[in-house]
Amino acid sequence: MKKSNILQNHPFAKYLRQDRMPHIWCEGCGNGILLNSFINALDELSIDLDKVVVVSGIGCIGRAAGYVNVDSFHTTHGRAIAFATGVKLANPELKVVVISGDGDLFAIGGNHFIHAARRNVDIKVICANNFTYGMTGGQYGPTTPLESWTTTTPYGSIEHPFNLVHLAAASGAIYVARWTALQVRRLKNSIKKSLQKEGFSFIEVISPCPTIYDRYNKLGTATDVMRLFKQISQVQHGYDPSKAVITKNQIMVGEFMDIEKPSYGRLLREMTIRVQEKLKGEESK
Amino acid sequence: MEKNRAVLQGTHFLSGDLACAEGALAAGCEFFGGYPITPATEIAERMASRLPEIGGVYLQMEDEIASLAAVIGASYAGKKAMTATSGPGFSLMQENIGLAIMTETPLVIVNIMRGGPSTGQPTMPSQQDVMQARWGSHGDYEIIALAPSSVQEMFDLTIESFNLAETYRVPVMLLADATIGHMWERVKIPPKEEIHLSWRKKPEVAPDKYKPFKPDENLVPPMACFGEGYRFHATGLTHNEEGAPATVSSEVQDRLVRRLCNKIRRNTKKIMKIEEIMLDDAEIVVLAYGITSRAALSAVRMVRKEGIKAGLLRLVTIWPFPEELVAQIAKKSRAIVVPEMNCGQLVREVERAAKTTPVLLLSKLGEEPHRPSEISSALRKAIK
Repeated sequence: MKKSNILQNHPFAKYLRQDRMPHIWCEGCGNGILLNSFINALDELSIDLDKVVVVSGIGCIGRAAGYVNVDSFHTTHGRAIAFATGVKLANPELKVVVISGDGDLFAIGGNHFIHAARRNVDIKVICANNFTYGMTGGQYGPTTPLESWTTTTPYGSIEHPFNLVHLAAASGAIYVARWTALQVRRLKNSIKKSLQKEGFSFIEVISPCPTIYDRYNKLGTATDVMRLFKQISQVQHGYDPSKAVITKNQIMVGEFMDIEKPSYGRLLREMTIRVQEKLKGEESK
Repeated sequence: MEKNRAVLQGTHFLSGDLACAEGALAAGCEFFGGYPITPATEIAERMASRLPEIGGVYLQMEDEIASLAAVIGASYAGKKAMTATSGPGFSLMQENIGLAIMTETPLVIVNIMRGGPSTGQPTMPSQQDVMQARWGSHGDYEIIALAPSSVQEMFDLTIESFNLAETYRVPVMLLADATIGHMWERVKIPPKEEIHLSWRKKPEVAPDKYKPFKPDENLVPPMACFGEGYRFHATGLTHNEEGAPATVSSEVQDRLVRRLCNKIRRNTKKIMKIEEIMLDDAEIVVLAYGITSRAALSAVRMVRKEGIKAGLLRLVTIWPFPEELVAQIAKKSRAIVVPEMNCGQLVREVERAAKTTPVLLLSKLGEEPHRPSEISSALRKAIK
């Protein structure tokens, strides 16, 4: 079958910009699984696609914004969350989703992440964590495990990595979950849940990188890495995110945080109403 | 009758920073994203107080990088949006100034210039960011920058900045300085219906026919906003008219970058605002902008009384630089004196345009803008 026929007949055809295919991602990469789960979530919720905005930063997963057939924006490196904050507050009708990577969101963009979580801006952040900078060929980043081999840690990494779910929860996110690229149904359900909540949500997706990180660290093929995810993932909802540290032998997955708290947008609207009512009162005196 | 809260009416005694905020509101600005910084903080404070009154959004971000990113987002979500800063914050904004240029985002950046480099002199005026405004972000581009010289102009030119931003889909810079930002003067606000406002051109085609970066005859693409059903993509990568990345095509790079430059270059005459004072018979000319032009005008009047035929060319628009006009004036003049509150920035452009006509820089740094007497002595020396 020709490429155009495959695309047109795909059940998700309407969700993708067909002229942007094929995508740039490697075989076995988790990014496609993440995007597929996101589209499944949109599909099951029957969300009005005219009111969805996908924002991404720089890196392999950064191209996701260009592939989905909704309003989308590909920002400068690290700034997806800051841009998304402006979008959401300027037009609260929109569902604003940030899809980006561990380096983009937590190294160069780390400051924006913690502050958006603190403000509880109603945006959904989905992070593909492959433990490396894939687009530039595999340098170490803020999530690279200690002792890992990357092109800039030729003697093994000597930096302690972030525990992203702990960081998100401590910064103020109302919904925090982690899944590997293996648990697609649960990942999709988490995305659905976050889209229905009002506030800052964070979902970490542990993603295979068979071309670069997994190969450098002798973790085997993409299927080997999926097998590893199966062996070492442990589902435990409500687990203390501060203890959910990723090790060689264990990846804690699940929903770690699911609370309610007034979003920034809600507080802003309430304040605006108060200010305007007071003004009206003064004017009618 | 419902009071129009966005546009103050009548005559007010305001500082430059406050007049700027009121100008923005009169221009239809509904979103301010910023970070406190001397000497621009009063703009943020006024916006924080005024925007909720009109249902707008004041957003204080974690730094100036985030501020401008949020402003770009708000503009794409359909709002007229702005930020205000000074040198150190302006430096942090350079990355997203490039993004705003590449994604053709209408917005306004106010820079109340203070002494630099680095933290420099936070409460002291300067004109040291003139070249940073022009060249601060990487890559090739053109920019529009306006230089107000009074509190009234802080109001008027803030509106003009929004109009230019919306017309050309560009970030527009209002380059004032600490003196004007903190100075208090009378501001006359015209009736709302007399204030001319421009709004971005909207697409006239159906969403499936819409190409987000296909320019009109003015080289400016009509702009859909998020949530309007056009479902378009914008990126900081080099992109074609559909908005699709084209990272290895020389042709797309050439066409896009030249258009981004040409939409300003080809419209320079329409954009340009200058004031020509006593230039008809002038043998010697002061070229000045911003606060410096006020002392320059006094100096020209002083030496005229002594029989020296001096004139003033005041640039309200400093970028794009009115090269042709300066060249014409230079041809008729014996010399051009350029007072600047820096070590010589715009003077380089003047020298380039003036060719063989001598150009004399009158450079001043620190607390005090040029005195009229400093400029008049320079004129007397130059005419000898």
